Amino acid sequence: MGTDNADSLPQGQDPAGHPGRPGLLRRLGSALLHYREASIAIAGVVLIIYFQSTAPAFLSPGNVANLAGYAATTAIIAAGQVMVLISGEVDLSVGQVYALSPFVMYYAQQAGVPIVPAIVIGLIPAAIIGLINGLISVVLEIPSFIATLGTLFIINSVNLLISGGFPVQPQAGPMVTAIFGGNALSQILWAIGVTLFFQFVLLKTRWGCHTIATGGNLIGAEEVGVKIRRIKIGNFIICSVLGGFAGILDCFRIGSIDPLAGGTEIMFMAIASAVIGGTLLTGGSGTIIGAFLGAVVLGVLKDGFTLTGWSAYTFDMILGAAILLTMLMNVRLSHLRAAGRGG
Amino acid sequence: MSEEVLRTEHLAKSFGKVTALKDASIRLAKGEVLGLLGDNGAGKSTLLKILTGFHQPTSGTIYFEGKETQLKSVSHARALGIEPVYQDLALINELNVYRNMFLQREIMYGGPLRILNDAAMREQAKEQLKQMRVNIPSVDVEISKLSGGQRQAIAVARSVYSNAKVLLLDEPLAAMGVKESGMILDVVRHLKEKGDVSVIIVAHNYAQIFDFCDRINLLQNGEITFDQRTSDTSVEELTSLVVNEYRAARAGTQR
Repeated sequence: MGTDNADSLPQGQDPAGHPGRPGLLRRLGSALLHYREASIAIAGVVLIIYFQSTAPAFLSPGNVANLAGYAATTAIIAAGQVMVLISGEVDLSVGQVYALSPFVMYYAQQAGVPIVPAIVIGLIPAAIIGLINGLISVVLEIPSFIATLGTLFIINSVNLLISGGFPVQPQAGPMVTAIFGGNALSQILWAIGVTLFFQFVLLKTRWGCHTIATGGNLIGAEEVGVKIRRIKIGNFIICSVLGGFAGILDCFRIGSIDPLAGGTEIMFMAIASAVIGGTLLTGGSGTIIGAFLGAVVLGVLKDGFTLTGWSAYTFDMILGAAILLTMLMNVRLSHLRAAGRGG
Repeated sequence: MSEEVLRTEHLAKSFGKVTALKDASIRLAKGEVLGLLGDNGAGKSTLLKILTGFHQPTSGTIYFEGKETQLKSVSHARALGIEPVYQDLALINELNVYRNMFLQREIMYGGPLRILNDAAMREQAKEQLKQMRVNIPSVDVEISKLSGGQRQAIAVARSVYSNAKVLLLDEPLAAMGVKESGMILDVVRHLKEKGDVSVIIVAHNYAQIFDFCDRINLLQNGEITFDQRTSDTSVEELTSLVVNEYRAARAGTQR
């Protein structure tokens, strides 16, 4: 970030001595400081321009659909993960719930339940796992990193046991399939809907306010009477249910329910999206729109590398570098934000 | 003596084998400022946290406005009008000024989502801070952007704002600059003039708060050992009491 950003402030807060020079660069700098989503959005645009110029098929309908499906799943899981991260915890088991819910839905359907109620039934174990994750971390006071690491392995085994290790095909009419993720548009609409809903919850409701308070200052929030345990457990449930829902959407998109689908890969991609998007792992601060953009950027990177013929082996290298770079940038930017107001 | 707001009888609190509070009986009249003094570890914080509803006493009773009352939780105590004034450490850095001031008693539109009425909270916070002559750039800034003094002012305003009947101040002057402590004491003085709020100030530096209190209670080793109106005692008498206790304790360990 150039020094030009260092002294820019949101409008109306400019201390004396800085007459407004509303140049484009300056406004951009100001937006970067003010909206943490801005940097990831710019990165996304730059990447899309780059890949489109090197591989013209990048923005073809087929490829966009492919990319959208991938990014949408990650974004939905990331939305829940951001809520958990803001409340000061982490959920590592969500990738296994992603695989579990479609199976439960499938078996409910096999037992004669119509598809839509079967989807709801598929989400029930997800909610229960969220509740268990929450109770273990909050009531038994086992750090959520360990608690959900434990449930991660347990659910993985359950998935293999109930499926016998074999994938199955979801059974649904074309209508239900299309609505629940069968085409890329519906899946991206679900992702946008989930993102906007939870961003609203985070910024405009009591639940969101208390989630920030819980992660920002646990003791302070508890002293004032915020129900920190309920907030944390609730967010674990939200995260788990969204993980299960993403799994159900994906099974209709892919046309198969695989006991080994998702797993740690999709969980880490969701956490990476959240972090790249501007959510802090230390709690108290995060953005769901940022996580959505983070998921899009990761999708663009992955897809773009494939199209331009880069080796798939390098993807993780780029991903790792991107995480480190954005973290570095976040740290720098938050220092600038703090310095900008102090003077 | 005017009417009584808060009274405790033989409050005690143990944490496992450790007895933090042995026997605390205090009474607080309407509009009175009670100084609760004592050394570190005397049980001041424990007593205060029982009164805020944070801890439940192991034994003893609490009477609020003449009725026997169990303070089930911090929210419950606050709903009754017993309002703790926390250090600025209890503020949430990531939330703005008015969201902090209204934390856990937000104004909401209702409905299942409990949507916050930011406009109403913003207006009321502005009004309240103006009344208290607290000067901050805007109620929309995050707490982390404010100076130490401003943060403390918000912490006090948050409590005073709630139309509390009893304010509990825990070491309000600890780790604070002259300007900040002056501001806190101004607020206490202001409340005292209005006369409808009772205040308990917990401190170990009694010289600083002596002049503001109507009455002083001394807490030593978990027991209230001294209860006098400030007009009937002096800083010197308190000092000698504390020093004697210290000597006695030392003699005890040397034996």
